[in-house]
Amino acid sequence: MRALLPLGLFILIGLAFAIGLTKDPRQISSELINQPFPAFSLTELYDETQIITEETVKGQVSLINVFGSWCVACNVEHPVLMDIAKGEQVHLIGMDWRDERSKAKRWLAKRGNPYKTIIFDDESVLAITLGVTGAPESFITDKSGQIRYKHVGVITPQIWRETLLPIIKALEEE
Amino acid sequence: MIAELGHYLLILALFTALAQGLFPAIAIATDKDVQSFSEAMKNARLRGVYKYGALIFIALQVGFRFIQKSMQRYVSNAQAVSFVERAAKLQFCLLALSFAALTATFIASDFSVKLAASHSHSMKPFLYKISGVWGNHEGSILLWTLMLSLYGALIPVFGKHLPPTLKARAIGIQGLLAFGFLAFILFTSNPFERLNPVPSDGLGLNPLLQDPGLAIHPPMLYMGYVGFSVAFSFSIAALIEGKVDAIWAQWLRPWVLAAWSFLTLGIMLGSLWAYYELGWGGWWMWDPVENVSFMPWLAGTALLHSIMVLGTRHKLANWTVLLGICAFSLSLIGTFVVRSGVLVSVHSFATDPARGVFILILLMISTGSALTLYALRAKTLKGPGGFEPVSREGGLILNNLLLATACATVFIGTFYPLFMDAMTGDKISVGKPYFDLTFAPIMSLLLIFMAAAPLLKWKKDSLQKLKTLALFALPLGGIITAAAAIFGKSVLGGIGLALAAYLAIGTLIAFARKTQNFKNLRSQPAGTYGFVLAHLGVAIFTAGAVIMSVWADDDIGRLKIGEKLQVSGYDYTLVDVAPGARENYQFLGAKVDVSKNGRAIKTLSTEQRFYPVRNMVTSEAGFHFTMGPTVFAAISEGNVQDGWIVRANYHPYVTWIWLGALLMSLAGFISLFDRRLRYTKETA
Repeated sequence: MRALLPLGLFILIGLAFAIGLTKDPRQISSELINQPFPAFSLTELYDETQIITEETVKGQVSLINVFGSWCVACNVEHPVLMDIAKGEQVHLIGMDWRDERSKAKRWLAKRGNPYKTIIFDDESVLAITLGVTGAPESFITDKSGQIRYKHVGVITPQIWRETLLPIIKALEEE
Repeated sequence: MIAELGHYLLILALFTALAQGLFPAIAIATDKDVQSFSEAMKNARLRGVYKYGALIFIALQVGFRFIQKSMQRYVSNAQAVSFVERAAKLQFCLLALSFAALTATFIASDFSVKLAASHSHSMKPFLYKISGVWGNHEGSILLWTLMLSLYGALIPVFGKHLPPTLKARAIGIQGLLAFGFLAFILFTSNPFERLNPVPSDGLGLNPLLQDPGLAIHPPMLYMGYVGFSVAFSFSIAALIEGKVDAIWAQWLRPWVLAAWSFLTLGIMLGSLWAYYELGWGGWWMWDPVENVSFMPWLAGTALLHSIMVLGTRHKLANWTVLLGICAFSLSLIGTFVVRSGVLVSVHSFATDPARGVFILILLMISTGSALTLYALRAKTLKGPGGFEPVSREGGLILNNLLLATACATVFIGTFYPLFMDAMTGDKISVGKPYFDLTFAPIMSLLLIFMAAAPLLKWKKDSLQKLKTLALFALPLGGIITAAAAIFGKSVLGGIGLALAAYLAIGTLIAFARKTQNFKNLRSQPAGTYGFVLAHLGVAIFTAGAVIMSVWADDDIGRLKIGEKLQVSGYDYTLVDVAPGARENYQFLGAKVDVSKNGRAIKTLSTEQRFYPVRNMVTSEAGFHFTMGPTVFAAISEGNVQDGWIVRANYHPYVTWIWLGALLMSLAGFISLFDRRLRYTKETA
């Protein structure tokens, strides 16, 4: 009877794997387009007492940018985000992913902080529901808080001008 | 043309593997088969519920018997064995040629082959053209399968003295595994696919993967992963034959040792690569992809020790067979996770869910049938005699239990998000805190027994034997803990260091006893040196890991030329920044002077590189590795007016981590030369 134990355990594990395959975390990202921004409850990077929820992205067109102080490519993207913030064309929300508070604050202190609000997600709680595959990555939500666009990788001035800004402009009109 | 040839060779290898796998099952029968079959039938008949199932089973078995009987009329067992051996060697040759064909398309920059077009580039340095072959999904699975068939072909080379039917069955299982993976390659990931129209140049390999460390990391890792397939095949062959004995264990041990040593080396190289190339500043992230390579290592370490008990004391037969199955199954699970992307990982370089389904089916069939066989036959593998809890067996069983627990802990932590998702649909993530909290205590416990167990005799001993160890270790441990608490302001760090010292002392005392106080150094078998080096390696590794987790420090700042950062008493001064270009990238290079108390230590060169082919920016940190404190700095974006972002790190004794792992791996290879592992007439 005891000899059956490993087999039983293995069958359970195999079943979980099979179900897990149907729920691939990477597929969620594309499914999320035109879906409401997932519900979450996380703290702000600078103010640990402030709880941020999905309400933050509602009411205006927002650009949610995933970054981290450990992320090499974020260094390249950062000046572009600073310019975007200066132009005040969009509600820019940061999502600090897999990071430590002190490192992120230091990182932003040296470079400047383009974000209105920063969601602190060190344990990938929101990153997983959003299907984040890496940093940097950015999401655009409309006024009702629905995800309308996802950009993987660095936002270059060209991508901003030719892709993201027109989408944001169009969403503002809606 | 050469790509089609490679493809054709793969198909030939598939059929060879099938013949290799099916032949032993059909052509070789033992009395044991017949016996256990009629036993199983009796049981099935007794349970009336299964009547219909049993009827079908009997019908199938009768048909199979008929084929078997008619085969055996024409083919003798000896002929069957030599057929299977040749098939294994042929299959390896076919795969090796196929792999050579793929390598040739990369070297020749033949971009009409899709794989070369998307992962190579004509401007790429020669070494990375070759390593590009396995720097992608299709190529790495081909390499995986090539190694699987290499191990299959090596069994007849080294196993001349094995019982022929056991050997043939093991090679057969190896053939079935290869068949599964070859089918996977041919149906879901053909590396020889052509591209039309032919692009003018390739897309290049991910620059992060252009590193000599990474060029050899996957082959080493796979040699380890796949090496456990030999343990798997022999476990199943032994279950079929119903006999697991000391000779079986002694023959299998070098294979497990070799696989374990390669795996250790592979994991170590991976850690080192992630450390200096990815610039995360961490040597271990508890990332799913790292964890799935660590689990076979833990199971393999347990197997290594249990097989020793089986080989010398004829015990733990059941458990050893189960570990043999588990170690390779965990390797398969690792491959499944990496290739399917069921878990979110920062390492994800190449994933495809559709392929996950295929590997999952392979995993379910191979491990599922292995464990079913185990459930049916485990009872028959009982060893004789008992032993006292205070004995070397007792210590080794504790070691096995702790390693199995550690493995289960990592397994749960890694797959908990997946299980939760499967059951409740909740998305959660398990991070570093869980692993630090659960893994450290288990390992501490393991270290305590690890130092003591080798001092005990087989069968029965008394705790008196541990007096010397306590006499040395307790005061020293106390001093280290106190010193760390006072000077380093960390009691936990002190306890960790004390444990490492205690393990080193225990190992040295055991060595002293084996060699009669270091007198008979020459007459010692290689296994003794293997044991001493491996356990000292663990002690060194532990010390490095403890120091790193407690006393590492870093800072980041925007520096102009001449400005400096201070980290743990070290000054990092930015002295020069200049742009440039090389082979396939442009770079911004910086020089950072490191000094301590005004004394210059080293000028670090760090670069930020831009790869135009992939439109990717990477950061190359400048390192100064020493056996003591390691310092490194990395530059990222900036300009002359505002200065550049510079990251400065102080990592004391981080090199000990890899040194310890390297010693463990080396110890495994040294143990391979133990003459006790060689076949002699007397042991047969």
